[in-house]
Amino acid sequence: MATNYAHPEALVDTEWVSQHRADPTIRLVEVDVDTHAYNEAHIPGAVGWNWQTQLSDQVRRDLVSKSDLEKLLGNSGISNSTTIILYGDNNNWFAAWAFWQLKIYGHQDVRIINGGRKKWIKEGREVTTDVPTVSGKTYTAKEPDHSLRAYVKEVSSISNDSSSLVDVRSADEYSGKVLSPPGLPETCQRGGHVPGAFNIPWGKNVNDDGTFKSFDDLRTIYEPLGITSNKNVIAYCRIGERSSLTWFVLKYLLGYTKVKNYDGSWTEWGNLVNAPVTQEVQP
Amino acid sequence: MTVDHPSDYRERWESVLPFQIHLTSYKINDTYYCDVDNVDPGAVIVRTKGLVRDEVELKALMRAKERLEFSRLRYEKKI
Repeated sequence: MATNYAHPEALVDTEWVSQHRADPTIRLVEVDVDTHAYNEAHIPGAVGWNWQTQLSDQVRRDLVSKSDLEKLLGNSGISNSTTIILYGDNNNWFAAWAFWQLKIYGHQDVRIINGGRKKWIKEGREVTTDVPTVSGKTYTAKEPDHSLRAYVKEVSSISNDSSSLVDVRSADEYSGKVLSPPGLPETCQRGGHVPGAFNIPWGKNVNDDGTFKSFDDLRTIYEPLGITSNKNVIAYCRIGERSSLTWFVLKYLLGYTKVKNYDGSWTEWGNLVNAPVTQEVQP
Repeated sequence: MTVDHPSDYRERWESVLPFQIHLTSYKINDTYYCDVDNVDPGAVIVRTKGLVRDEVELKALMRAKERLEFSRLRYEKKI
């Protein structure tokens, strides 16, 4: 993919996928917000992961455990040397979330289809309802890399001199006018945002066709606000998937090295007792 | 493996005040699918399917109105 992204290898385009989807060294994985979308149609050869049951701990609120991830990947025909190609609905929200988790557990070669499921469907490319038969593999994950994940304590102590906090939710969520995206369940007690957070909705990162904006266009979104590559940047949203997409943009497309995703996000912060909350609109 | 190509792709926007919604419909095999998202932030809130596009979109629109009702009341500070 000819771009000046910092890590262009983290993206593939739909045409590349059409040509390589049967390559035995790659595994296509669809991860959707709507967990029924995979059953409707998917790219031939793709397996589907359910973010609610397969990429989350089933008892406490946490990421999938190392051992469960190893089972999921092995059962998906993925070994440590497999190239994982992720895509999904809603402009890759949960594909980015899966990407983030796979990097936490140290998978080397993970890529995202630029434009995701939407672009694939819009272009009329091949789809099927057949679930592929895969041969199980043995997968050994690394110990989790906590440098990619922010916890509430770190968000509480953030200083704007050396750090930036990016709230990627909509303006109405940021201002507390709504407690959840319209039509979705409310998961917090209070509305607003963490004081000092900039509001840069995730959608600013993408074009109408779902592909990511160019390197230069992305730079002009973040740098004028002082969100620069020398800073520690933490992105958050409501449950951590939209902010995974912004995390991906900052780290892999713009090349920022100190970026974390706060997956506790507003569902955690907006329920904390005595946490600072503001409803001021961003100037 | 049974393979098909999506066709008849169409996007349109509607107002379900105070919100905007975005309907995306397309055909796979003989079935039309319609996804409705809430535009800002773009989360899919309804998905329907059927044999006739207009019916599938209408059903999706009606369900979207139902799903957005609670959010409307919240938005207008009526709850």
